[in-house]
Amino acid sequence: MPTVIIGSALDIVEHCGVPRLLFTDFPLGNPCGPPWRRDLQRSIVAQAISLLVSAERPRTTVRSPVEWPSDDPWRPRYGRVQPQELERLKALGEERRKRQQDAKVTPSRS
Amino acid sequence: MAPTEPPVRYIERTRDYYRALGYQHDYVWAHFDDVPFVRLAAPLASTRIGLVTTASPPGLENRDARGVRHVWSGAVAPPPTKLFTDNVAWDKESTHTDDRASYLPIEMVAELAGQGVIGGLAPRFHGVPTEYSHRKTLEQDAPQILARLRDDGSQAAILCPL
Repeated sequence: MPTVIIGSALDIVEHCGVPRLLFTDFPLGNPCGPPWRRDLQRSIVAQAISLLVSAERPRTTVRSPVEWPSDDPWRPRYGRVQPQELERLKALGEERRKRQQDAKVTPSRS
Repeated sequence: MAPTEPPVRYIERTRDYYRALGYQHDYVWAHFDDVPFVRLAAPLASTRIGLVTTASPPGLENRDARGVRHVWSGAVAPPPTKLFTDNVAWDKESTHTDDRASYLPIEMVAELAGQGVIGGLAPRFHGVPTEYSHRKTLEQDAPQILARLRDDGSQAAILCPL
């Protein structure tokens, strides 16, 4: 079945390899357009539909011309690891691993 | 906000984050040397399109007693106001998912159907769990999504991962 992905994680989708990707360069969470912006969402869906027709080979990526409509510097934020957080993250990881181990021993526990 | 800013490198970010959490092995992202490709079988104006999301139903009803998540489906009319998105990775500091159309554009595709640009919007959208296990996605979930799309008469699909 012909497919097109509307996605914002360009490197992950291209690493996987997909038939068609409309890349929207937004913070993860709103691949189909900024919240409440029906005008931009409408453009993005039209671009995806157009790509369904125009792509001629797999791994076709088109970058949407729609820009994230904010001056907020979002790019460095997601998943960043800051030096002052290393101890906290290490402890968080240990807690997670213990919880996952417990869940394996007693699968019914939530 | 220069348009020339390079895209965020999420694979690298994710790897560094999990290393900081103390995980010994990096996540192995799905990768395929051979990527399937098919063209539309009919003109766009007679093609019915289905939608696929990685969001979950509001009450997490797709989760069984063992906590395993399953493929699920919802009606496009009336469209759901909100879906559950807290269990998937997105930029919770920079944006929000209060507007469901920002990640599952039911109304926008329905508009194009109403204008005759596409043949129609399938009556259901489908939800695919985001799994650590490639095998579950490939062998269980993806075939179910495809079967449901075909049951709806969809001839093409728009996949919208958060």
